[in-house]
Amino acid sequence: MNTRSLRRWTWIHTWTSLISMVFMLMLCVTGLPLVFHDEIEALFEQGVKAPDLPPGTVATATLDRVVEAARQARPNDHPLFVFWRDENPSVTVVAMSAKPIPEPGQFHHVSIDSRTAAILGDEPPHFGVMDFILKVHKDMFAGLPGELFLGFMGLLLVLSIVSGVVVYAPFMRRLDFGTIRRSSRKLAWLDLHNLAGMVTVVWLLVVGFTGALNTLSTPMFDLWRMQELPKLLGPFQGMSVAATPSLDAALAAVRARLPEAKITSVTMPTAARFGSPRHLVVWIKGDTPITSRLLTPTLVSADAALDVTIPPMPWYLRTIQVSRPLHFGDYGGLPLKILWALLDLLAIAVLVSGIYLWFARKKFFAARREAASPSQVHRGLHENAT
Amino acid sequence: MTARRPLQSLSTIYRIPLMIAVLSAVGLTSALLGDGMWDVLSWLTLAVPVALAAMHWRRSRAKA
Repeated sequence: MNTRSLRRWTWIHTWTSLISMVFMLMLCVTGLPLVFHDEIEALFEQGVKAPDLPPGTVATATLDRVVEAARQARPNDHPLFVFWRDENPSVTVVAMSAKPIPEPGQFHHVSIDSRTAAILGDEPPHFGVMDFILKVHKDMFAGLPGELFLGFMGLLLVLSIVSGVVVYAPFMRRLDFGTIRRSSRKLAWLDLHNLAGMVTVVWLLVVGFTGALNTLSTPMFDLWRMQELPKLLGPFQGMSVAATPSLDAALAAVRARLPEAKITSVTMPTAARFGSPRHLVVWIKGDTPITSRLLTPTLVSADAALDVTIPPMPWYLRTIQVSRPLHFGDYGGLPLKILWALLDLLAIAVLVSGIYLWFARKKFFAARREAASPSQVHRGLHENAT
Repeated sequence: MTARRPLQSLSTIYRIPLMIAVLSAVGLTSALLGDGMWDVLSWLTLAVPVALAAMHWRRSRAKA
């Protein structure tokens, strides 16, 4: 590689890194606890568990009875949706809102034993530490613009990594992989930057790129909602909200159409944007590692017919859904999460050493020039950095 | 001063980084494809870059 193109790559590496640096550091630091959010939440929240039933008990509660129990527990609230957590299948959670069109996050979560319809817990709406960290990580409290901005920073990160791989070579001409020279503090930082950078290349590319892709999920989902759903729901917009039909019958209708599907949640007829006034929205997923990421809405008409409609999901939403685990690291058990955290710490080391090298650059390269430096390539680097 | 080492070729410089990249890619993909052995494969392959970083860091501290 000639000096000019090396200088160009160095320029790209310097500036893409400098611009995205602060945000990347914030993302890596907030991302660290988020990797373990399931474990942390389980630790701090009094987890609702379904009790062991005495042997011989006949568990017969229907879903309709479960929802009725929630209504009785909070008679002034509207049950807007019900869902099940993977790790707790015999607990049905009913989300209740004081208003028919809820404010985001303002739900009471009433947990009910799916087998006996006994109330197990009533969790008021709250905004915990993990919610705060997630909000900072996702959009810095700046909504969609904040989210898209961080997505752009993610793309700069990708450029910074690629250019970093290119400018790595001239530094390593006379060094074995992983050498850390302790002879000077600055050389040690440079070598640490090169080592930690090289071992995290692919992981950080994947996590950075899928993170950037994820920032498109809100606008993409809105696009789909505007393009596809009106064809199905248009005629029903603005109609009065139907009475909730029997959920048990509706789920039976969905199961008859899709026997393999796992039902994850049901949205009641509602005038809110996330549902339909004349349908139940039954969300389903598959049970393989990949299809369990593909949430699909099905619409069940809220009348005696219980017609099931399955709107097609476009490729771009599928792509985002499949890419998510690659960002979260939540698809290979606790050991994978631990590796995710360790790689994240190495990424922090790359960022911090990079910041150090930027601030120390003048002294650093001047010192190296005095040390009677050799090749054309090195001279190119010096000129550029000073 | 000791004699300078000869310059290494690009293929020598990038040999280990390329190996790490391939292992990482295998690890990131395998846990997506299935559970059980697929997860174990991803743990083993993704542990390599972390272990290499730790090993070289410790080695340099031992020398210093």
